[in-house]
Amino acid sequence: MNKLDLNNLKNEGVENVPMQERRDFLKMGLAITGIFAGGTILSAVSTFNTANAADFAKKYPYSPHYSMVMHQDRCIDCERCMAACVATNHVPNVPGAYRTTILEKDTPDAVGGKREFIPVLCNQCNLPQCTRVCPTKATYKDQTTGIVLMNIKKCIGCLTCQEGCPYNARYFNEEKKAVDKCNFCWDTRLSKGEKDTACAHACPAGVRIFGDLSKQDDPVFKTVHQIEKAVWVLRPEAGTRPNVFYTKG
Amino acid sequence: MANHSAPTLNGLVSGVVDRLKSAGIGYYLLLLITLSLVLAAAGLGLLAMIRGHEHYYNVYREIPWGVLISTYVFFVVTSTGLCLVSSIGHVFGVQDFMPIAKRSVFLSIATILSGFFVIAFEIKIPWRMAIYNVISPNLTSNIWWMGTLYGVYLAFMFAEYIFLLMNKHTPAVVCGFSGSVAGIAAHSNLGAVFGLLMGRAYWQGPYMPIYFIASAMMTGCAVIIMFHILGYKLNGEKMGPDMERALEVTTKVGILLICVILFFTTWKLVAGSAGQPNGAYPVVMSEVAGHHAFNFWFFEVLIGMVGPLVLFILSRGRNLNIMLLASISMIIGIFVMRFNLVFLGQSIPVYYDLGVNEYNHLLSYSPSIYEMIIAAGGFGMTAFFFLLGEKVFDGHKVEHH
Repeated sequence: MNKLDLNNLKNEGVENVPMQERRDFLKMGLAITGIFAGGTILSAVSTFNTANAADFAKKYPYSPHYSMVMHQDRCIDCERCMAACVATNHVPNVPGAYRTTILEKDTPDAVGGKREFIPVLCNQCNLPQCTRVCPTKATYKDQTTGIVLMNIKKCIGCLTCQEGCPYNARYFNEEKKAVDKCNFCWDTRLSKGEKDTACAHACPAGVRIFGDLSKQDDPVFKTVHQIEKAVWVLRPEAGTRPNVFYTKG
Repeated sequence: MANHSAPTLNGLVSGVVDRLKSAGIGYYLLLLITLSLVLAAAGLGLLAMIRGHEHYYNVYREIPWGVLISTYVFFVVTSTGLCLVSSIGHVFGVQDFMPIAKRSVFLSIATILSGFFVIAFEIKIPWRMAIYNVISPNLTSNIWWMGTLYGVYLAFMFAEYIFLLMNKHTPAVVCGFSGSVAGIAAHSNLGAVFGLLMGRAYWQGPYMPIYFIASAMMTGCAVIIMFHILGYKLNGEKMGPDMERALEVTTKVGILLICVILFFTTWKLVAGSAGQPNGAYPVVMSEVAGHHAFNFWFFEVLIGMVGPLVLFILSRGRNLNIMLLASISMIIGIFVMRFNLVFLGQSIPVYYDLGVNEYNHLLSYSPSIYEMIIAAGGFGMTAFFFLLGEKVFDGHKVEHH
């Protein structure tokens, strides 16, 4: 059909478009939204069904490949996640010291709810800036789990990792005399056999879903790999390939 | 003119003692003031290190780098500039620049030591750096390269100065050239510390390493002019025609480099405002017409560049009083320029574009009195070394062959 034919066609309106076509169109729109919102990671994720096993291994090189999905609209800001994190990981009670927090966003002219809460923590990026900039390898990507860890005895306190992190996930812990950050409760829970993080465990609303992206039957894997609902990451433009995803519903 | 016969140790010591004895009360007062500044800064810095930096410094989670980092940047910019501008003469053989070599190399050592002094109190656990920079190096880290290369640079500058004192020209040239290469590599890595942070749009890109080198040379010109004029005033001597000519050509290079940095600054502003790029636009607007406009227009542009540019042109490189005024003005402006560069890049929160209530505004930071005293201690150290160097090394007089 050429351009001329299109111009001469009669406008039939959208009233008679079948429901299935509307759904397909909506799905396509959501998939496109997800791809653009998620940047490089989600563009790769969205083609997963057509990828072969070798591609899959390249995408999720860690086993387990720990990840978290935030069901953002479920968060009611009860802050139990933050309290659990503080108690589990001995986060000092001083201003600016936290491993995870909840941000508030007001949209006054929104229809319906006007406030939403956005939980944030270290995104355990696949291409972390913090590990690249650290002069002494005090922070590094664990080769087994993909978690970004700290070797506190090597930290010189230059705070370049804080500058490099696009997620404000780090702070200097005066008690430890080293930079501190979320490590998905590796030392306090996961390495001791627990299956989830303290924050995910404490959340009463099912906001934080912790899981393993290297397993196809994992809820996190399934959420990230579906195309019906938009899934996105924060600050995709930083190019760090984060492992914390966001969705609604 | 220095004596060409081989000096004895006793002769050298008695010469130094005589020169120190001949100095006036004003000289000793200045020495005392500058030394007191250094000691006060060291005391406060150690206190902060022992009791916890958060009790003394105003930096916080979102602004981890404050005035101590910008002061460190200022000093290493200055040191690199002194090395590069002075190398035009004694390394690359441009005769007009020869007379400024000794004092400039000496001051490049003094300023980099001042930079190290200041940053030692900003880094939380500096002794770990001495160990793990060596046994656990991260070769992808610009800050590792910067620290290592500045260490190499300092060693070369020391060696160069000693060879200059011994009048051993060839090894001095080799060390000077090596020092220049190490200095450029170190300093561009310092630019890359900022420029390669992917989440900081205001800094990110190849601009920073390039800007840092040009800015270093601009600063070098200002510092060379100021300290040479002050050195002659301090020693009560009249400048010879060679030195006058050296300062005249340094002024010309300074004029050129001010124009280069004005050009860079203009395009930085244009690039940060055209198309309103995320992460950079709000910062550039705060610089041009917002909260930071006074710091930018008055200190960075007027005091740091345009004012000195006009004064240097008016001086024709010959009126030493105007040149002294211009260079002091420039150094004050450049200090604020470094502060603006370090602070503004952090002033926009990383979650700014997310539109959350906590981070929908630019952040603020004012140095604490402790941070200011430690920064002043860095200036005290440079001034102390300068004053001492003028007497100990007899006005850094140049041998004629």
